[in-house]
Amino acid sequence: MKFGIVVFPGSNCDHDAWYATSHNAGAQAQMLWHKDTMIPADIDCVILPGGFSYGDYLRCGAIARVSPIMTAVRKHAEQGKFVLGICNGFQILTESGLLPGVLLRNASLSFICKDIHLRTEQILSPFTSSFEQGQILRVPIAHGEGNYFADEQTIHILEQEQRVAFRYCDANGNITTEANPNGSINNIAGILNDKGNVLGMMPHPERCCDPLLGNSDGLGVFTSLMQTVGLY
Amino acid sequence: MKHFKAMITITLRKSILDVQGKTVEHALHSTNFTSIDQVRIGKYVELTVHAADTQQAMSIVDDACKNIIANPIMEDHHIALEEISVGEHA
Repeated sequence: MKFGIVVFPGSNCDHDAWYATSHNAGAQAQMLWHKDTMIPADIDCVILPGGFSYGDYLRCGAIARVSPIMTAVRKHAEQGKFVLGICNGFQILTESGLLPGVLLRNASLSFICKDIHLRTEQILSPFTSSFEQGQILRVPIAHGEGNYFADEQTIHILEQEQRVAFRYCDANGNITTEANPNGSINNIAGILNDKGNVLGMMPHPERCCDPLLGNSDGLGVFTSLMQTVGLY
Repeated sequence: MKHFKAMITITLRKSILDVQGKTVEHALHSTNFTSIDQVRIGKYVELTVHAADTQQAMSIVDDACKNIIANPIMEDHHIALEEISVGEHA
């Protein structure tokens, strides 16, 4: 199992993603440059990491969307291979149209950097198969634009097709307004595409994979993929 | 070939709560600007474009707005065009 982590100018969680996948999860990982026009055939999962690609100019993810590697990322996804967008990576995926909807400014207008709780809503996906249904995870968020929005029809489809992978919840797993840090519709923290091979999420699983940090709740996202691909 | 200056205003779609606009609206009300009713905050983009005529220029800029400059899922855009002489900067 090999991860390819895209480095955009302004990415700042690329090394965290590399460390989590290679050191904590024990997979192979290599960095990919935003100017690359192809993704090596041995890459199973492309990670679009967190950060502020292109300084968040215009809109978060809007400029990264037109960078050369994104054409290759689209092809990679079309082949049924995996794409994981974390935080800014999620914003890039919505801007690219690889995932529906958009990430608006947080309802509080503040940049929020803290640990939150997530409820695992969908465990049949290749990104979540090692979790238990409803499992509560403690994962950090760090964003100013994480307020998931889509039109009513899109939300209806996402819910009906059970494509919400994670929701913000309280410590006991209750989906409440108080537990929603950014105003996202239906407390949505992460969604899957229709084929289930693309996941975008605002929380940072790669920042909680090392037991030394006191929390390895995020590791399951990467080990789920490794179990799916079948090559530890 | 004619040259135009395009003045593009981008605002959040009406269906989306403009929290920043609301906050400024409240701030204005609390400083006695009570005759101000609604505030919406957006972005302003100015660019120059060359095209055969106004219609073509408008079509190019509108296309650019729909593709990159604005995100139609959350934003509306409004374009105002002004013909400029060759070499004139915006």
